Amino acid sequence: MRPDLDIVAGLVGSGQRVLDLGCGDGALLENLISEWDCRGLGVERELDDFHACIGRGVPVTQGDLEEELPRFGAGDFDVAVLSLTLQAVRRPDRVLTEMKRVAPRLVVSLPNFAHWKMRATLALRGRMPVTDALPYQWYDTPNIHLCTIRDFEQLTGELDLKIDRRILIDATGRRTGGLARRAPNLLAERVVYSLTA
Amino acid sequence: MPDASSGIGIVETQRAVVFSGDRPLTLASGAILPEVEVAYETYGELNPDRSNAVFICHALSGDAHAAGLHEGDDPSRPGWWDNIVGPGRPLDTDRFFVISANVLGGCKGTTGPSSIDPATGKPYGLRFPLVQVRDLVEVHRALLRELGIDHLLAAIGGSLGGMQALQWAIDHPDEVDGAAIIAASARLSAQNIAFSAVAREAIMRDPDFAGGDYYERERRPDPGLALARMIGHITYLSEESMREKFGRRIQDAEVPRYGFDVDFQVESYLHYQGQSFVERFDANTYLYMGRTMDYFDPFEDPVLVQNQISQGETSFLVISFDSDWRFSTEHARVLASGLRGAGAPVTFQEISSPHGHDSFLFADPPEYHRTVAGYLDRLASQRGIPVPGATSGSREG
Repeated sequence: MRPDLDIVAGLVGSGQRVLDLGCGDGALLENLISEWDCRGLGVERELDDFHACIGRGVPVTQGDLEEELPRFGAGDFDVAVLSLTLQAVRRPDRVLTEMKRVAPRLVVSLPNFAHWKMRATLALRGRMPVTDALPYQWYDTPNIHLCTIRDFEQLTGELDLKIDRRILIDATGRRTGGLARRAPNLLAERVVYSLTA
Repeated sequence: MPDASSGIGIVETQRAVVFSGDRPLTLASGAILPEVEVAYETYGELNPDRSNAVFICHALSGDAHAAGLHEGDDPSRPGWWDNIVGPGRPLDTDRFFVISANVLGGCKGTTGPSSIDPATGKPYGLRFPLVQVRDLVEVHRALLRELGIDHLLAAIGGSLGGMQALQWAIDHPDEVDGAAIIAASARLSAQNIAFSAVAREAIMRDPDFAGGDYYERERRPDPGLALARMIGHITYLSEESMREKFGRRIQDAEVPRYGFDVDFQVESYLHYQGQSFVERFDANTYLYMGRTMDYFDPFEDPVLVQNQISQGETSFLVISFDSDWRFSTEHARVLASGLRGAGAPVTFQEISSPHGHDSFLFADPPEYHRTVAGYLDRLASQRGIPVPGATSGSREG
């Protein structure tokens, strides 16, 4: 499993009812179900990923998470997970609001667009950044709503979401060291949040 | 033997008496059937630890003959679900032991209203008790006991068949690893019940219906049954599939004949469906199965369902088709959310298909069988059932 998913799993915790939005091949949910005694449900749009979930025995709904989310009941889950997907949805604010409705706790990870590599590419080369964390060209990227750590934390404030934990990680998904903690918006490539409503 | 790659070849319908004598069948309603015989077929081999059984539950007008050919059959007309059953197909007969049985109340070999009531020596007719989906499942289970099987890898079915798979997993969750519920509903809508009512009236108002006691008379309520089937068929197809199949084309002519006889191709098709149906189906069974579906409501007591489901570890696959307006995706979503609410793991997919409610009988689009195959493969690997042809060595050439 990707190291950042290990961190997400640790934040989700054991024995939880988990909704994983944009669950990909189901690796996180499989781990949460088998190792953490969680009950889980994934939502995934891509057909191959949907089938990968079936192959892992991970319960999954095929569909667009922004269409599926409103169909769940208030408090249907303990934790709603959105792993490196927020930047790809049409309305991140509405998705977070809906997540808050279906679960009291949210675990959200995202790429930080204010990382120095991004800033440098824009500032020095005048080009849209293509990095390990965001490997797409501007015209083919699924990432239509990129934000910075500062942007995201402002939005969580506006949506009355409390940040319980913030873990800074690098492009490979491992925790980043001490220096990044002093200037996360400049030095962290990715970040994982645990939030409560 | 026909080419094995084209299916499973020649099969035979078998019969077993599963309730009789001092072991009658007590229905969920409390009514008692002294004797129940079941017509069934099996495909593939039961493995030594009896863990590879997959049960096909059929829909309203189905029968035990799901796959293969009966001796002397036209090779182009195999069983009703042949495209999903056979070597290398989703219900892989090289891997699974597949069982298909005619339902209780049916007219294709299993005890139903056309069977002889031992108390009178005459066909039951409407004296046959109303049966619930739960009763259909109990008879399937009795057949499994006869076959020496106490556990299913999966129960699978479309429409009324999906309802049976659902009820089976709710009533006996420890007996079913997986339930694949396709184009089904957990509760008929008012519109569904309305269509069902019109079909029932068509049969019962036929002068030859004779209160259901038409078996020993010269004439049967064929026009009524044909009309019921025509109404049913309209709800099985989608507007799109009707447009593609028939459009507004005229049957056997270039220009309309302007009159009240069959003129449009779609009318001719419906007549053909109605006429061919009366040759193979019993009007009373149509009434009974319609009513069985109307009254089906497994989530009536959600707490009970939750208690039941938590006794086992059944996983569920729920599939709907976007052009199905008989049991639309909304039906499937309600069904899936009822199961999830009870704590069950549910995988759900809405598949885009032009074939309406009948989509569950088609092999296209390929996503459909891919999902069923993937789901059964996962259940099989959890039980350690090997992939056919897979050996420890490498496969070259």
